[in-house]
Amino acid sequence: MSRIVLSEREKYLRDKRRYRILVVVTQLGVLISFIMIWEVLANIGVIDSFITSKPSKMVTTFFKMMSQDLPEHIWITCVETIVGFLLGTVLGTLIASILWWSPFLSRVFAPFLVVLNSLPKVALGPVIIVWVGAGMPAIITMALAISIVVTILDMLNGFTRTDKNKIKMAQTFGANKWQVFTKIVFPSNVSTLLNVVKVNIGLSMVGVITGEFLVSKGGLGHLIVYGGQVFQLDLVMTSVFILAILASIMYYGIVLLEKLLCLKGKWK
Amino acid sequence: MRDCLKLEKITKTYQDDNGETTAIKDFSYDFKKGHFTSIIGPSGCGKSTLLSVICGLEVPTSGMIYLDNSKLTTKNNSIGYMLQKDYLLEFRTVYKNILIGLEIKKNMNVKTLAYVDALLRKYGLFEFKDKYPSQLSGGMRQRVALIRTLATNPDILLLDEAFSALDYQTRLLVTDDVYQIIRAENKTAIMVTHDIPESISMSDEVIVLTKRPSTISQVYQISFDMDDRTPLKCREHPKFTTYFDAIWQTLNGGTS
Repeated sequence: MSRIVLSEREKYLRDKRRYRILVVVTQLGVLISFIMIWEVLANIGVIDSFITSKPSKMVTTFFKMMSQDLPEHIWITCVETIVGFLLGTVLGTLIASILWWSPFLSRVFAPFLVVLNSLPKVALGPVIIVWVGAGMPAIITMALAISIVVTILDMLNGFTRTDKNKIKMAQTFGANKWQVFTKIVFPSNVSTLLNVVKVNIGLSMVGVITGEFLVSKGGLGHLIVYGGQVFQLDLVMTSVFILAILASIMYYGIVLLEKLLCLKGKWK
Repeated sequence: MRDCLKLEKITKTYQDDNGETTAIKDFSYDFKKGHFTSIIGPSGCGKSTLLSVICGLEVPTSGMIYLDNSKLTTKNNSIGYMLQKDYLLEFRTVYKNILIGLEIKKNMNVKTLAYVDALLRKYGLFEFKDKYPSQLSGGMRQRVALIRTLATNPDILLLDEAFSALDYQTRLLVTDDVYQIIRAENKTAIMVTHDIPESISMSDEVIVLTKRPSTISQVYQISFDMDDRTPLKCREHPKFTTYFDAIWQTLNGGTS
């Protein structure tokens, strides 16, 4: 009897594993055929590789540029994104904490936050350049501007929705506001923070690329704009491709961090 | 038996946009040391407000509270409060959950930690101390919540419908469990409930409240003449139904 149960189990596990493998194989298939069709169509002249570039040319461009200044551009974009993202997350969380602390301030600033949230922050680009100068600070400020408002709103929402009874529990022991915040409200919102962080890494990158479009001296955004202006689509496509890889590396870095935290402390 | 907690003409009125609500009116009672007292009344009659006032979470509109003959003004160390659910923090281990009261009171020292350790061992939680709340059963969680309250070593325990979130089976078992722990630790307990059998099975006195604004309708002295009284045994006792009928009548007499 137990052997039958075991083989049923094995069958179930095997089917599940097969399904997973099938998904990954199909994903790879889609990617590879896309690249191959692109290459073939460009080679037989159905699409003009001058406007669309083609995978083989992107690869040669990539290796050619890696020996030149590409690592530097990647580095610049990375640093700007990470700094902007950290600033946005930390400052946003800090402001959300202050607003949680003072319901009065929270009430006062609510309409302003809503307006700022719906305002396309990119529109502030020229203002930012005038204020902080054209260069890396402007780009980081752009990233900060895009990510901070969402951080404030999401974190504040999380803070205020903390289980009132858990707060009451702490208060029955005589907890003051600071203790309520550090022992109940903030730790209860680590998952909110991780979600915000995931959104922010993407938003911050949008800010950085927009910033680099506007004040281009270096970075992948600069390469894309430059490539577009001189009609070097190989350069544009290669940069976009690197950007996609960079974005996923950062995103999965956060996911990994989240997994580590979950294992360590049961944050849920 | 000497008085322990004395409430004198406690009145609590709430203000909101819809007007004024008086939850409790002129509530006076002397809670005896070491006694288990239940407060029972129609739902929404301000029973929980009474506990919040005693605990110092809310300031009474008028009236006085005396603890061992001295005026109770701010939050007091000798009062522990158990809420309707366990409200354990999922991100803390059982041990860390139990320590939260001492942490907040900044009272972690060799002596208090040793006391917590003793409680953990005595009530079978020691082997679970590094587990997370999600790994425990409902009854076990409630026990952790009780030990969390006891960890700060209060003289008086307030129980606010402390078992209402549990299913019936677990509820009976946890009631027994909690009752025996409270008795073993020799605590004064004040429990708010809407469950008549629960109040009879656990208490030495049952206070029946009127509808809002709540005042004392009647007080019943409960005694089962048992050496090793437990809530479950009380439920079997012939006198149980007598008490039940009396309290039932008072409660319903108040509403008709």
